[in-house]
Amino acid sequence: MSKNQHTTAEPEVDRSRRKLLIAGATISGSFLLGVPIISPAGPQSSNTGSSRLGFFINILENGDVIIGNNQPEIGQGLRTTLPMLVAEELDVEWLKVRIESMPLGLLKTMDGYTWKYGGQGVGGSTGLTDNWTFMREIGATARLMLMQAAAQLWNVPLQQCSTAPGQVICASAGKQASYGELVKLASALPTPEAPTLKAMADYRIVGKPQHNKEVIDIITGKSQYGIDTRTPDMRYAVISRSPVINGSVASFDDTVTRTVKGVLDVFSIEGPAVGAPYVILAHGVAVVATSTWAALKGREALKVEWKGSPNHKDSSEKFWQQNHKMMSGQGQIVHDQGDFPATLKTAARVIRHHYEIPFVSHAPLEPQNCYAWVQKNKAHVIAPTQMPSGASRAAAAVTGLEREHIKVEMSRVGGGFGRRLSNDYVAEACIISQKTGWPIKLQWTREDDIKNDFYRPGGTHELVAGLDKNDLPVAWSQRLASASKHYRRAGVKTEDLWQAELYPDDFPQAMVENYRLEYFHNDIGMPRGSWRAPAHTANAFVIQSFLDEIAHETGQDPLALRLNLLGRVEQQAYSGHGGPVMTPGRLSRLLKFVAKRIDYAAAREKGRGVGIAAHFTFGGYAAHAIEVSVTPAGELSIERIVAAIDCGFAVNPNAVEAQLQGSTIDGISTALGLEITLRDGQVMQNNFNDYPLLKISRVPARFEAHVMNYDDTPTGVGEIGIPSAAPALTNAIFNATGIRIRRLPVKDQLRKKMTA
Amino acid sequence: MISFRVNKQAVQFNDAPDTPLLWVLRDHFQLTGTKFGCGIGQCGACTVHVNGKARRSCVMPVSSAEGKSIVTIEGLTPPDEQLHPVQQAWLDEDVPQCGYCQAGQIMATVEFLQRHPKPSDEDINKNLTNLCRCGTYVRIRKAIHRAARLSAQAK
Ligand code: FES
Ligand code: FES
Repeated sequence: MSKNQHTTAEPEVDRSRRKLLIAGATISGSFLLGVPIISPAGPQSSNTGSSRLGFFINILENGDVIIGNNQPEIGQGLRTTLPMLVAEELDVEWLKVRIESMPLGLLKTMDGYTWKYGGQGVGGSTGLTDNWTFMREIGATARLMLMQAAAQLWNVPLQQCSTAPGQVICASAGKQASYGELVKLASALPTPEAPTLKAMADYRIVGKPQHNKEVIDIITGKSQYGIDTRTPDMRYAVISRSPVINGSVASFDDTVTRTVKGVLDVFSIEGPAVGAPYVILAHGVAVVATSTWAALKGREALKVEWKGSPNHKDSSEKFWQQNHKMMSGQGQIVHDQGDFPATLKTAARVIRHHYEIPFVSHAPLEPQNCYAWVQKNKAHVIAPTQMPSGASRAAAAVTGLEREHIKVEMSRVGGGFGRRLSNDYVAEACIISQKTGWPIKLQWTREDDIKNDFYRPGGTHELVAGLDKNDLPVAWSQRLASASKHYRRAGVKTEDLWQAELYPDDFPQAMVENYRLEYFHNDIGMPRGSWRAPAHTANAFVIQSFLDEIAHETGQDPLALRLNLLGRVEQQAYSGHGGPVMTPGRLSRLLKFVAKRIDYAAAREKGRGVGIAAHFTFGGYAAHAIEVSVTPAGELSIERIVAAIDCGFAVNPNAVEAQLQGSTIDGISTALGLEITLRDGQVMQNNFNDYPLLKISRVPARFEAHVMNYDDTPTGVGEIGIPSAAPALTNAIFNATGIRIRRLPVKDQLRKKMTA
Repeated sequence: MISFRVNKQAVQFNDAPDTPLLWVLRDHFQLTGTKFGCGIGQCGACTVHVNGKARRSCVMPVSSAEGKSIVTIEGLTPPDEQLHPVQQAWLDEDVPQCGYCQAGQIMATVEFLQRHPKPSDEDINKNLTNLCRCGTYVRIRKAIHRAARLSAQAK
């Protein structure tokens, strides 16, 4: 399975090829060893050189250092973490570093487009791991060039030069010079081969908790999000989209709309054909106006007749029924090891349970928006996106322009969660701008966002375990009927749809000899896509719940059962994203740790309970222990949360801790209250009133987030902390009440059951 | 014509009086620090102060601002002055992730601390209802307590 399948909603330049592409470009002289260097003969650089060392580094005479960030910032803190890597190897004072945002850089070559500034895009928790070596090499190479410049200037051997933060020193000659004094000379030198990188023990910046550089702008209201884009003569646009999935516009009456002061234009926009890959999500009617409010009022006054859709009868009810029906038959066996059926037959005991995972929406707090100005021969796009290259591709697809003439800038992004891997809103903005000729800011409302998402797929899981006479699993199967997120993706074969929903090497595959995975595809018309830690959220929930059920039904301790299974294998192959290996002991370490912190073994009063869970996601390891109390009336309080992450090596422990806190809360918020339902082909939820994100009142003050290093290699972070949060919560609920939550969200299930 | 004050400056608005204050601030006065998250008073991203009270500007027609004094995140600290203790606490605790909700969180907290200068966790739970999709609540709680301490010291 390629990484792509987890990370992008549309085909992306293969990330694994990035290194190759850069190396390839070296031949043309644009790059050397991952350090793109502006040609000294470029327009800004006279013979005296420039203050820039390549695309990423600018050293000012006063010693300030400006480091470029090439990745989207969606709240994961990359705009601080990546420049830390450059600054570490460059050897500068971190406090003197400022960050500059870089646009999308594409170069047209004879083989198509390649990256100018290295691969750009964040998904699958790869933002750091993809750039870990690249960024350090950029800093190290620049440092070497500064030393070479000094050696030349002082006429001393390079070996006698070294650096202290911000300066080159030659102790033997008694010389020193600041980077600011040397940079012009250095910028005119040929780029050397990347030198050896620092050893971990020598880090001054990396591995230490660093403040996020951008907080000051955020808390003073200065940060520029996509929604804050404004250019002279810009017009505002909103779209009325088909309320029924796959519906289209039959006709519309804009008489009243056009009388709304400020409304400039109204026209329909064609969506994708039923079943075709998405460029935009839906058919609709655009209203363009002089302000956001005028556009919204104009839209409200619009009368649209929608054409029927093949999905007008789709509903959640039907979805669950269909799953149930399909699962009474035989599905596609997608993984089969040992002899599951025979072992199950001879098992001392069989345990079987069903679980249901709802569709959910991403709902990033900044609703979708995009600025686009499409002119005759060029276009300019400013978008809050996780995939700027996808934005460029979407803009090219709808405008017919060559990608080299489309400039894509990335604003700060008010949340991603996978929603902004898709660039449908970019395509919409480009369509409207091209049609009107105006620079356009397209604005979605929250309702637009909740009702037009690439939802996390819902699904019904059946878990079956055959136990031996010691009550340990010897046969295991997971049967899943779901709406694969790869539905409508270009070039995906029906028999491969399961790959987005089941990850065959997940725990406990390597620990149970007879192991089977079976898939049933439900063809409901809902658009779906990648939602933070995609299928891991569903699979961790059902597996970690089921393990608890096995433990309770056989009188075993849930922690001991997990440790027993995890202890069976020292290291296993992991072919999916996050592999090539998984080390179960790393999960055990975290489980033992969180269990100890929360006093797992302690006796608790009635109505109190504790639950644990752990999961391996995209190369990183996490565990949760959660303590809850439930009143006899079924009121749930989360009393305490202990979360732990092992992301190999935490480059910025402060940012890792933030991600662990945030993803834990995301997991709990979603498990407690969030669900998207469908009736008559229409999404029933509207806004945060009926899609209720967690508030601070339900997040306990007793909340620990532990960042535990393992070795010297960082893994991703953003998604690792989410999958085990929900099952730890529902395991705690069971421990407190004896009520097993087998259907998410929890909502009022406890109240109903306890007061029934 | 609707006349009011924004961040101490007298302003006038001469367009549809039902325009929510949020969009007037953002589209007309280019004060984009105040954010749009839901438009129905649920998330608090659009929180501003109206005559000193925290209000959700997305559900407040600009007509109701007539004669009032509005403060937005941009006006919380006059230029060149020290950060407000709440902002300072947010900075010290590194609260924001995506940051989109944070102007609203800060504006809500500033007013909350005026009413509860020494808040308990329970006070926080009862009074602060702004949503954060990124789940920064752990640090928000810490920052509120820190801001309370900073404010007390400043007095
Ligand atoms: S935008 Fe005003 S409360 Fe959400
Ligand atoms: S920091 Fe992203 S919504 Fe609060």
